[in-house]
Amino acid sequence: MTRLLFTIIAGVLLGGIVHLVSVLALPRIATQDAYSRLTPTTKLNAVTLLPPTDPAYTLMPFMDPAFAVAVCRYDLTSGPIKLAVPVSQAYTSVSFYTRNEVAYYAINDRSAGKKVIELDLMTEAQHNELPEDEEVTAADRLIIDSPTATGLIVMKALAPEPGLMAQAEASLAASSCKVQTEPPAKQEAPRLRR
Amino acid sequence: MRLIFITLLALLVAAVFGLGATWMTATRGTDVGTLTIGAWTARPKSGTADIDPYSRATITRNGELPIGTGDGVAFAATTDDRKKPLDGRCDIVVSGVTPAARFWTLTLYDRKGHLVANSLQRYGFTSQEIIRGSDGSFEIRVAARSRAGNWLPTGGIERYALMLRLYDTPVGVATRTQRDAPMPAIATVGCP
Repeated sequence: MTRLLFTIIAGVLLGGIVHLVSVLALPRIATQDAYSRLTPTTKLNAVTLLPPTDPAYTLMPFMDPAFAVAVCRYDLTSGPIKLAVPVSQAYTSVSFYTRNEVAYYAINDRSAGKKVIELDLMTEAQHNELPEDEEVTAADRLIIDSPTATGLIVMKALAPEPGLMAQAEASLAASSCKVQTEPPAKQEAPRLRR
Repeated sequence: MRLIFITLLALLVAAVFGLGATWMTATRGTDVGTLTIGAWTARPKSGTADIDPYSRATITRNGELPIGTGDGVAFAATTDDRKKPLDGRCDIVVSGVTPAARFWTLTLYDRKGHLVANSLQRYGFTSQEIIRGSDGSFEIRVAARSRAGNWLPTGGIERYALMLRLYDTPVGVATRTQRDAPMPAIATVGCP
């Protein structure tokens, strides 16, 4: 009897470990996460406008139907990404997610403070490779470090009334998200400071 | 023989208990890092890189995109202020004021996070659409049949969830109480 009790206690303890491991592993093994759901319908390193959220379109749960939403699925292995999102009339925001949907950064039009939200997205390694002088001249350009090489940029524009949805979608359609093509400036001069 | 049996039993208990606990927490969610004000619950940390492992598991399992902290915060309610589950066949009044925010939206979802079809194609309100009283407070009637004023149709579904999202708001990780964030009251006023 004590042996059976001991077995069950050992099982429960082991189960605690199973539980912790499986909770930590779930984000990696989930096949129906938002990134996977968006993969078939969105372009890589380009802006895709999502259809409006309505009962017939439920790609992801709990989306706000008052917003026009566009997605840029990114892969930074071929270089940093330049993002430009024109600000819509009411409210515009840009959110960054890792491959496993951790919202590591989000900014709205007011905190950006300009008519166009302009950002450079790069990995930490690419950021370290930036020549320092360029970083100084580009002080007004916001540089975001992505913790993962792939992920999602979600751009949202609010339609405060249903009639303004077309306007919100049009402003998102004018946004751009592309890999920086100009050759890296670091080859020009030898860097002495680092 | 007995040792094998005991080992297998221990492993079976471990698998059932461990995976069962994971399934429970991933589907129902946990109270880790929640901010509860009245009937409303938010997880402000879900919009940051400091998200807890349980919320991460729930979010990836459901395929959600959590709202980023620099964007806003989302409060969900599945019951009224008296802990009675929100019933789409009843008349429910959401009234009062909302915390400071540039914009807010109130949206009705079924329990899986899908919008509920209705002839008006009205799935929620934005802060600009709402009709307010002279003191700035509002009253939204959530009901299956049309009501005067701010009517939010339920489609007559049995269980639903309301989500109040605040955009560009000081409410977030540092918010603790109703004083920081006055949330609207939810009351069931009549059931057929």
